Amino acid sequence: MHDAGKVIPGIIAFVLFVTVPFWTNFGKAAPKPQPEIPKEYKKCVESKEFMRREHMKLLRKWRFDVVRNNMRIYINSEGKPINMSLQNECLRCHSSKKKFCDVCHDYVAAHPYCWNCHIPPEERKGWATKEVKSLTEEASSEQPASHH
Amino acid sequence: MGAVFALVTVLAFVMVVYLGVGVAGLKGLFGIVVPYAAFLVFLLGMVYRMIDWAKIPVPFRIVTTCGQQKSLRWIKRSRLESPYNNFEVVLRMILEVFAFRSLFRNLKAELKGPNLIYGSYKWLWLGAIAFHYAFFTILLRHLRFFTYPVPEPIQILDQVDSFFHIGLPHLYMTDVVILAALTFLFLRRLADPKLRYISLASDYLPLFMIYGLVISGILMRHFFKVDVTQVKEFTMGLVHFKPKAPDVGVIFYIHLFFISALMAYFPFSKLVHMVGVFFSPTRNLANNSRAVRHEPAPWWKKPKFKTYCEWQEDFKEQLIESGQPIDEDCYKKK
Repeated sequence: MHDAGKVIPGIIAFVLFVTVPFWTNFGKAAPKPQPEIPKEYKKCVESKEFMRREHMKLLRKWRFDVVRNNMRIYINSEGKPINMSLQNECLRCHSSKKKFCDVCHDYVAAHPYCWNCHIPPEERKGWATKEVKSLTEEASSEQPASHH
Repeated sequence: MGAVFALVTVLAFVMVVYLGVGVAGLKGLFGIVVPYAAFLVFLLGMVYRMIDWAKIPVPFRIVTTCGQQKSLRWIKRSRLESPYNNFEVVLRMILEVFAFRSLFRNLKAELKGPNLIYGSYKWLWLGAIAFHYAFFTILLRHLRFFTYPVPEPIQILDQVDSFFHIGLPHLYMTDVVILAALTFLFLRRLADPKLRYISLASDYLPLFMIYGLVISGILMRHFFKVDVTQVKEFTMGLVHFKPKAPDVGVIFYIHLFFISALMAYFPFSKLVHMVGVFFSPTRNLANNSRAVRHEPAPWWKKPKFKTYCEWQEDFKEQLIESGQPIDEDCYKKK
């Protein structure tokens, strides 16, 4: 081999560069995100699979319908009417942003901008119980009228 | 026609994955075996290519120059167009690799009536640089699937790329740029008859494979959604050598198959210019053969010369018979 002094470091650099994901993760345990599911509520707006895939599109549609079209009722695939509201509807069950939203968002490094406008729920000990529901409603009713 | 062959090949890829994963349910094969095999082919193939090239002797300085070489002191020389030492070679190389300087010199030749006219033509350079930088950014961005916690620079890159907040998930600028650049690079080949004539299937296939990769990625992000958390669990499994094929839509497997195919194809196609550029003797040498005596080719052996003394020894009798003078210096002991 000619110019081994230049070629071999080059090959090493190339191999290191293309195997970055392998050696940077070497020895670390593969993390597994486990968002806490509300215990007392069994069903989300749509099926679990749909929500995992498309919740962001659904929320975007809701925002558009409420803000632009003044439509507040979403009819889900089962024909059930649902109040289109992040704070009053989604967060009623998923009352901890930290234990639910952030778990996967941090995992895949997604940066949703929901909380630029919306107020995340206060972190409470009683997670996803009926009592918390009423507390959340109280908290949301304290907000200025423009948020309703 | 090459383009048709390449298109059929790429469509066949999609069909194979659709039948394999969507119909036959071979998720382990397409999710684990194929990507690992492809990466192995890529890694070993590229290393093999580099070693193979490094074995080839380059006995001559065959630098492509387009400027005045180093000459007499009062003649102005061009350091970048005709590098004289390794430092200038490195500078030229950096500009070539990062700025595609040689493409910037691209010209267009056109017949205007009886005259052949040459003109500046920067579009190829623009398309190429847009494509390469967009592709590189997309590649870096994908590190968010292979690291945890995701490094801050990668997160910032992601947010800058989706700066305009179009749609949700946000549209990436690089996705738009790479699609535009690919479309240009493809149409460029089709539009010019001369270029169309010299374009082969191996020119179109990489283009179409990257097209397929980009389009499947965009479709997956914005249209046929997949559960991205499961996808990341899978990719993290891949790098930890504990992969578990994810239970997501076929579109993900199509995307994965395109990148696998591209990786496996890489060392055996024109795409290998990624490392080839560093091995180009027309670019990586200094144009100094007038000043430096370079090592001759390795197969060059010093010929067996016969000195005058040896010759005189061979024909000594004849020389004396014919009265020629004998060089006495040959018999002096030193």
